[in-house]
Amino acid sequence: MTHNIYLDNNATTPMDPAVFEAMRPYFVEMYGNAASRSHSFGWDAEKAVETARQHIADLLGCGPKEIVFTSGATESDNIAIKGAVEMLAKKGRHVITAVTEHKAVLDTCKYLESTGRADVTYLEVDKFGRVSVEQVAAAMRDDTILVTLMAANNEIGTIHPVAEIGALCRERGIWFHSDATQAIGKLPFDVDALKVDIASLSGHKIYGPKGVGALYVRRRNPRVRLTPVIHGGGHERGMRSGTLNVPGIVGLGEACRLAKERLAIDTEHCRGLRDRFEQKILGALDHVALNGHPEHRLPNTANLSFAFVEGESMIMGIPGVAVSSGSACTSASLEPSYVLRALGVGDDMAHSSIRFSMGRFTTEAEVDEAAVEVIGAVQRLREMSPLYELALEGVDLSTIEWDAAEKH
Amino acid sequence: MAYSDKVLDHYNNPRNVGKLDNADKTVGTGIVGAPECGDVMKLQIKVSDDGVIEDAKFKTFGCGSAIASSSLATEWVKGKTVEQALEIRNTDIVEELSLPPVKIHCSVLAEDAIRAALSDYRSKQGTPGAALTDAPAPSGSEG
Repeated sequence: MTHNIYLDNNATTPMDPAVFEAMRPYFVEMYGNAASRSHSFGWDAEKAVETARQHIADLLGCGPKEIVFTSGATESDNIAIKGAVEMLAKKGRHVITAVTEHKAVLDTCKYLESTGRADVTYLEVDKFGRVSVEQVAAAMRDDTILVTLMAANNEIGTIHPVAEIGALCRERGIWFHSDATQAIGKLPFDVDALKVDIASLSGHKIYGPKGVGALYVRRRNPRVRLTPVIHGGGHERGMRSGTLNVPGIVGLGEACRLAKERLAIDTEHCRGLRDRFEQKILGALDHVALNGHPEHRLPNTANLSFAFVEGESMIMGIPGVAVSSGSACTSASLEPSYVLRALGVGDDMAHSSIRFSMGRFTTEAEVDEAAVEVIGAVQRLREMSPLYELALEGVDLSTIEWDAAEKH
Repeated sequence: MAYSDKVLDHYNNPRNVGKLDNADKTVGTGIVGAPECGDVMKLQIKVSDDGVIEDAKFKTFGCGSAIASSSLATEWVKGKTVEQALEIRNTDIVEELSLPPVKIHCSVLAEDAIRAALSDYRSKQGTPGAALTDAPAPSGSEG
């Protein structure tokens, strides 16, 4: 099955050729270890790493010494949460997060709970997937040491009120970590404006390489120190030991340089395509629901539920378009998306959801073709859907006592 | 996930999509599954005077394997007697469509749908001891 149109940029992005070109010399020719102080191989590598660090700092509005390189956002989230909980163990043990966070955050929190090292409050979200600053304030306790909330959600694109939550945390003297993986390159993300103390980001979501990411760790007001997860040679101010992935870091740096330079262009490009796509779909089909916030939403993301049509069969019906679904059937778990469930979207609509995420390299022609395919597939599948038939007959599906087979 | 050629064929060219008149006493209707589970199958049979299934139709909300399983089920029941149709097992469907373990529930549902349709037909005919399955047809459906 060949997918020609890639609308899954929230899963990963194609690497920008400029990023690839920037990385190229650092594999075969300039292979030095950035920690080697005794020869030019090492100095060249270190110089490249420091240039990259500066590019990332420029994007986030911070100092280069506040950037720690990691293997990606999952590792960044682990260091941020485990590192803060351990570092502040004498001060408190309470962490606040939300039910729609990425598994890298949720599973880390659950691990800390299960080992008795933290109490965690998982905030519920509203029907658009948002938490409010009031909710965060109400959850704070005397022993709260960390609030960890993503800037924007990967599945639905909903953006939390990060600046307000940052201001609250600063006022209360509580560290604020934000997983900015999806926000970077799609929204302005200035750590001072947002009052974020720790932030995670990943290379491959911003047209950079996989296997590299970064953690922003504030150095003053407040000075954040994190107990390392990986011990070793004391690289990265002791917060993340391990020989630096020089080509990856160079790629991440170049990706961040481009993200800063192109932020307005990329944002408008994606928003234009996303809105065009949504209008085409909503103009041609009824019973389509938007999952996520209509306004406070990533400009590239459209998560739509096509009622009466199951997500995996939808994906089969648009073989030329690469997308992802919140349906259980695309995962091994057979559980529909926990993010959509948290919004109160019924399981039936979660099974009917498809995420379309545009990117820098998506074209108008691709979006138009994808819309035609989607509309055709939905119409065809509704023709063979018993639920659509019942709905057309005026039967309220919620009144039916379904034979929820015990095999499920 | 890679689909077998047979699943793709049934998905792309589903056999016997449609509906039969449920008011007809020779028609049996089975609806199984639930929207919350991501699968609902409706399978209908029309039985001739001599007890042979002369027509079958389906509609399915579900993944490609669920659509293929129900499409195959309609193909298989046609021309069979009620008793013969009852002998169709989900494992036969798994084998025919090369369903992976994670999709076996689709075949189970298809077998349930066949049984539910046959059960409905028998109860309409007033056949004693008609209940073939524990699962009643969902109330509120099909008037």
